[in-house]
Amino acid sequence: MLEALGLTSVDQLFEDIPVALRASRLDLPEPEPELELAARLTGLAARNRTGLASFLGAGVYRHWSPPAVDQLLLRGEWYTAYTPYQPEISQGTLQSIYEYESLLAELVDLDVVSASHYDGAAATAEAALMTCRATRRERVLISRGVHPHYRATTQTYFKGGLELDEIPLVADGDAAGTTDLAALERMLADPVRPVAGVIAAQPDFLGLLDPMPEIGRLAHAAGALFVAVVEPVSLAVLAPPGAYGADIAAGEGQPLGIAPQYGGPYLGILASTDALVRQIPGRLVGMTTDLDGKRAFVMTMRAREQDIRRDKAASNICTNQALLALAASIYLTTIGPHGLRDVAALGASRAAELEGVLAAAGAARMHPGPYLNEFVVRVPDARTVHRRLIEAGVLAGLVLADAEPDDPSLADGLLVCATEVTTSAEIVQFAAALSAVLGHHDVPVIAEAVR
Amino acid sequence: MSVTGERLQPTIFERGRPGRGGGKIPHPPKDALDRLPVGARRVTPAALPEMNELDVVRHYVNLSQLNYAVDTGFYPLGSCTMKFNPKLNEWAARLPGFANLHPMAPDEVAQGTLQLLWELERALAEISGMRAVTLQPAAGAQGELTGILMIREHHRATGQGHRDEVLVPDSSHGTNPATASMAGYRTITIPSAPDGGVDLDAFRAALGPKTAAVMITNPSTLGLFEARIGELLEAVHAAGALAYMDGANLNAILGRFKPGEAGFDVMHFNVHKTFSTPHGGGGPGAGPVGVGETLGPYLPSPRVLREDDGSFRLERPGERSTSIGRLRSFVGNTGVLVRAYAYIRAHGGSGLCEVSDDAVLAANYLKQRLADAYDIPFDRPCKHEFVASAATIKKRTGVRTLDIAKRLIDFGYHPPTIYFPLIVEEGMLIEPTETESVETLDAFADALIAIAGEADTSPEVVLGAPHTAPVRRLDEATAARQPNLRWRPMTGAETPCPD
Repeated sequence: MLEALGLTSVDQLFEDIPVALRASRLDLPEPEPELELAARLTGLAARNRTGLASFLGAGVYRHWSPPAVDQLLLRGEWYTAYTPYQPEISQGTLQSIYEYESLLAELVDLDVVSASHYDGAAATAEAALMTCRATRRERVLISRGVHPHYRATTQTYFKGGLELDEIPLVADGDAAGTTDLAALERMLADPVRPVAGVIAAQPDFLGLLDPMPEIGRLAHAAGALFVAVVEPVSLAVLAPPGAYGADIAAGEGQPLGIAPQYGGPYLGILASTDALVRQIPGRLVGMTTDLDGKRAFVMTMRAREQDIRRDKAASNICTNQALLALAASIYLTTIGPHGLRDVAALGASRAAELEGVLAAAGAARMHPGPYLNEFVVRVPDARTVHRRLIEAGVLAGLVLADAEPDDPSLADGLLVCATEVTTSAEIVQFAAALSAVLGHHDVPVIAEAVR
Repeated sequence: MSVTGERLQPTIFERGRPGRGGGKIPHPPKDALDRLPVGARRVTPAALPEMNELDVVRHYVNLSQLNYAVDTGFYPLGSCTMKFNPKLNEWAARLPGFANLHPMAPDEVAQGTLQLLWELERALAEISGMRAVTLQPAAGAQGELTGILMIREHHRATGQGHRDEVLVPDSSHGTNPATASMAGYRTITIPSAPDGGVDLDAFRAALGPKTAAVMITNPSTLGLFEARIGELLEAVHAAGALAYMDGANLNAILGRFKPGEAGFDVMHFNVHKTFSTPHGGGGPGAGPVGVGETLGPYLPSPRVLREDDGSFRLERPGERSTSIGRLRSFVGNTGVLVRAYAYIRAHGGSGLCEVSDDAVLAANYLKQRLADAYDIPFDRPCKHEFVASAATIKKRTGVRTLDIAKRLIDFGYHPPTIYFPLIVEEGMLIEPTETESVETLDAFADALIAIAGEADTSPEVVLGAPHTAPVRRLDEATAARQPNLRWRPMTGAETPCPD
């Protein structure tokens, strides 16, 4: 090729880089042959302790992902293609996105589903921005029951000049730990700072069920939009956002067959009512026909997007999480509607078992309200107990003092969850280890609770 | 013959039949949900399809075959760096120790991944000449937002909060102005000079006390190295503004140009471009951001830290009060970053230099092969990609770049990026990447030259292309006017399912 170009060295193609600005030597290790690199990677992976009996959820959940999901994802036609800019040779990706939109529309009971966002946090932030565009107001209220990372992310996305206020949680009584409706009502009543959107989670970060219909009613009465942050597996058994009047649903799609992999890639779910279709950011795929009238799929309503609209776009999103949306679709079709319900119900059943056993071991629930499969238990000096349980092979959920450092009411809390993959043996192991750490030795009581 | 499979598929909703599927999850006890309050329960079940695993597998295998992909053929999509995705990297990301690690697991449980992330940060800092790197942003566009928000924070902290403008060249990616808007800035567009570089006079005239930042893609989206980059950076800093580099085209300059050394204050990497993590049909990617000294304090939280005893940990919430905060949940698209790490390790320093040398050589070779049949608007060595134009062909024959792109499909290729950057009439942005052989480049050039010939001899063939794809050109106008964005049983009745 050099010869064809009449050159003697490839250096000649870089002569346009000013001499003074040319790079210093690239000081990186030598190339590593595949065999040695494989050993290095295996060694690093082995340093992670993934064999613990885990009760950690907090927004990312262990589930059974049928092997069909990953085997299908490994087809090069899926993962080595890019954005379907040429629809004639991208019908696979386009139809799969349309099917994803349709599956999620069923789950959340809303009509418009974006082709994917980065994760639950970014989807929540985008939902918050949508409410501001749609209402031309500049203030959003977010419940402290929303995942702390989602709240922090939304705060960051609002640095361009929007205002985000946190709605407190009820301090005590039957509704402890859920969104404080009286406080919400007061915050909505501020005439000087009208509210664009109200954001609450179901289940919330502490695993509790929030009064979503009431939150929605209060938001709408104040002219604000209502954003529901949801966990998709729970929607097999919990009322979907569309049923309680949410205008937008956001959430983390990781539970739909996607491995935890220390933070991503995951799947940001973002859905809205038809009325907001021109405000929703991210790609949309629609059904259409080709010149011969044959049914086909195509990216549509592109005038919302950055490559067309530039500084007037609904968002700057370009690369999304398409492969993870595909994973979610394959998961949902493989597991099916009854399977998904069983996943949710079995998780609830395991969690109830866990609650009983932990209470017997000396760790009772912190809140009285109903939950699905995740809840908080009170453990004195939770951080130390948590560390000692790791030594006993148990990952005892999340230390809330670390995750919510500015909420003293959660200082003794451990957030624990169970799913369909949690076994009774793991539950007994957790309780026995906890009992030992707490200095109780009441194993018969635990065994009784398990029965 | 079609370059993809030809059999269109019914949707999963048409394939489903009540009662199929099952056998995956044990049945829960009957009373499992009794404790849920009635008002919180779902009343109408979601109408998801019921399918046997065989039907699911066939559906997705058959659908996949309707796609063109790097694994099936040459994909010279400019600005996207569609290079080969080494299979070792897919294997690595799926190692159970990486895949099953919970993102809120305590640091002591996550030492392997934390070490990998820490080393990757160091490697990216070395490659870019930057002081520090965050791996948190999920994609290039989110990296841009990270960078611009850090600049905003810097100006706020130093009493320059009045700076409310961001300058972008007219050849920039759409994400640049969209990012500036998201961060609350006004975008000022700078025209390009006739040589394809930024017009230095217009640039200097636009710079001022209101300028917060300048976003520059280098090499530019025309595939040209910004030869006046030294003057540009000097002018930016003299005006008290900061310089953002869009690293989308880093594949051209590995080992040749380090943006941090040259004076850029911040840049993002697109690991799905330069470091070969798969594009996934639109994503995922990852958009790490490197910063120089000025912006270091504002990096997103949490950072990955190395302790004196050699162990690794994540920064705790609130530990660094100057941080702009979080851009997303957890630490980042770690599974993608594992692949990028493997790629960088496999190539090493010398290999990465060869990547850029070969990418640039391939682009210049292809450009020369096309110079007789197409307009080449900028007659100087390109970097990893170049713009060709069908403006003359269109004038002569009425055949447009869009038609040529569609005709390439019949020849077995994915078309280049077309009509971008917006400033070249009838432009096509061609990026061959370093992983393609000279035989592939020659065959592709022959195809484009043959199509240019067809434009003269049988334009109707080009205008009607593609002829061999599973579908012909689509009715995009109706799709946008009467959007059908989700399946409803009625749709199936109106538009019959194929086969």
